[in-house]
Amino acid sequence: MTQRIFVPRDASAVSVGAERVCRTIENEARNRGLEVEIVRNGSRGLYWLEPLIEVEIDGQRIAYGPVAPEDVPGLFEAGWLRGGAHALFHGPSEEIPYLKRQTRLTFARMGVTDPLSLEDYRAHGGLKGLERALDMKAEDIVDAVDTGGLRGRGGAGFPTGIKWRTVMNADGGQKYIVCNADEGDSGTFSDRMLMEGDPFCLIEGMIIAGLAVGADTGYIYLRSEYPDAWDVLEDAIVTATREGILGANVLGSGRRFELNLFKGAGAYVCGEETSLLESIEGKRGLVGAKPPLPALEGLFGRPTVVNNVITLASVPWILAHGGEAYKAHGSGRSRGTLPFQLAGNLKRPGLVEVAFGMTLRELLYDFGGGSASGRPIRAVQVGGPLGAYLPSRASTCPSITRRLRQSAPRWAMAGSLPSTTASTWRKWPAMPWNSAPSSPAENAHRAASVRFAAWSCWTACWPRVRNAPTTTPCCAISARLCWKGRFAPWAG
Amino acid sequence: MSNTNQADLLPALHRLQEKFGYIPDHAIADLAKAHNMAQAEVVGVIGFYHDFRRTPPGRQRLRICRAESCQAMGADALAMHASTQLGVEFGATTADGEVTLEAAYCLGNCACSPAVMLDDDLHGRVSVERLDAILAEGRGV
Repeated sequence: MTQRIFVPRDASAVSVGAERVCRTIENEARNRGLEVEIVRNGSRGLYWLEPLIEVEIDGQRIAYGPVAPEDVPGLFEAGWLRGGAHALFHGPSEEIPYLKRQTRLTFARMGVTDPLSLEDYRAHGGLKGLERALDMKAEDIVDAVDTGGLRGRGGAGFPTGIKWRTVMNADGGQKYIVCNADEGDSGTFSDRMLMEGDPFCLIEGMIIAGLAVGADTGYIYLRSEYPDAWDVLEDAIVTATREGILGANVLGSGRRFELNLFKGAGAYVCGEETSLLESIEGKRGLVGAKPPLPALEGLFGRPTVVNNVITLASVPWILAHGGEAYKAHGSGRSRGTLPFQLAGNLKRPGLVEVAFGMTLRELLYDFGGGSASGRPIRAVQVGGPLGAYLPSRASTCPSITRRLRQSAPRWAMAGSLPSTTASTWRKWPAMPWNSAPSSPAENAHRAASVRFAAWSCWTACWPRVRNAPTTTPCCAISARLCWKGRFAPWAG
Repeated sequence: MSNTNQADLLPALHRLQEKFGYIPDHAIADLAKAHNMAQAEVVGVIGFYHDFRRTPPGRQRLRICRAESCQAMGADALAMHASTQLGVEFGATTADGEVTLEAAYCLGNCACSPAVMLDDDLHGRVSVERLDAILAEGRGV
């Protein structure tokens, strides 16, 4: 009987050798006369175990990782096709505590399915949200998103329902849905993962947004640093069009939705929405003043919904299960789940989707396993380079967007300061960088470092930071809690 | 109403660069005409985006991520090694025209830091030895 082996095609997994492992498994199986079917799935998000190879045995998937090509013969010897014991054996994937403790709603199919198989997508609950939305009135779709309490996952945290309602109520005519996939903030990779691991979910979310606000055209603005995500999305859009999910007749409903893929060109600032829209129009990506809001005068001067990848990808689940079910997760005014991205000097970096309310300590130690170098964690950067550096004493604070905003040092939050102009730099004479930054991205990084340095000097209760070398165990938790929020009038 | 013609400019620039490796000067006039723009505007757009080059790059493009996550995992040492090994500063091309060395600020591979990208191939958990191997492989050694 042909047995299925899952080898991730996720760019990160491939970056640590998944492709070579895949070829070795094929060769080894052929040499041994074994029939195996290799499925290229997305990543489970357990990146310290990548390449994480899963063997399907009686419908259950057994995990082995991290597998190097030279481990493959040994794994066959150990009888991994029957779940044999081996140093890299982790038991059933679903039972790995890192995964078991998560609440995967948006990332439910991540690593489970073949990202480009529509059949797989349907079999795992895909398109249910869209089918439901097609039977609903536009207001009801917006109401469902509103009830779910979904807020923008790009960082500003603006209620998605309110944004959609504004576009829905805007004058008729051409409207657009724009997906902000310019995931430029360092430490963030959940957008990339989702686009590579479950592209139909994003497409479905964008169509639902189109139905809700009356838009028949969408754009995905993807950063050029993600060539693999580009390939997957391109394939997925072709498949979705061929299968009648995109195009003139969405699932036979008579409704139209066309989707365009647009490649950015290495401008960090284009992650800000007005700048992003300028870029799609073929102009220099300069940040525009608001108002007018893009919701009223956006792309080509028409009402436009601009949402982040994860925001749009959260929508199918909400429509399929109802706003109340989504709202049941989370705490306070932050509802639903948030995919945290653990990276940097951590033992177990990866993607952790949990309901709002988990503390940083749980994320850093229970999931992250402490620092990779074994030294105590002294500082945590939360929310990307425009986010905040937090001391360890803040680590019991629940990771609620609003709460974190209040408790974080104020300057750090306002920190999205004028960091996109070179002149800001010269106002910091004591800093070791005298040259003008070569890019806005570099500028943002320098700004983050300045804030870190300034904060270290100011904080008397944590003097060790002041003397710590820059290589101090430091890790980044990215959930884009305040990303470029400065530019959004609704951030706050 | 904005000029929708101009909306095709970025895709056109990407196509050109994919073909030639850079945007040749003689293409500017054609681009301007095709997109109903002034030449100065086209140059302005090209200049705004870091991806677009006006001069030929090296045969390969090596990008080393220098953002926080990679830094926390040793990217600085990697960057210094690459610069010494290739004998060029960041932003420059080696004398033999083989490799252009660039800094990147996040390649989205933060959970497998430090990361580098050679052309479109992403590499994670890169040690100094591994970087040498990647470069050697790229040269076809």
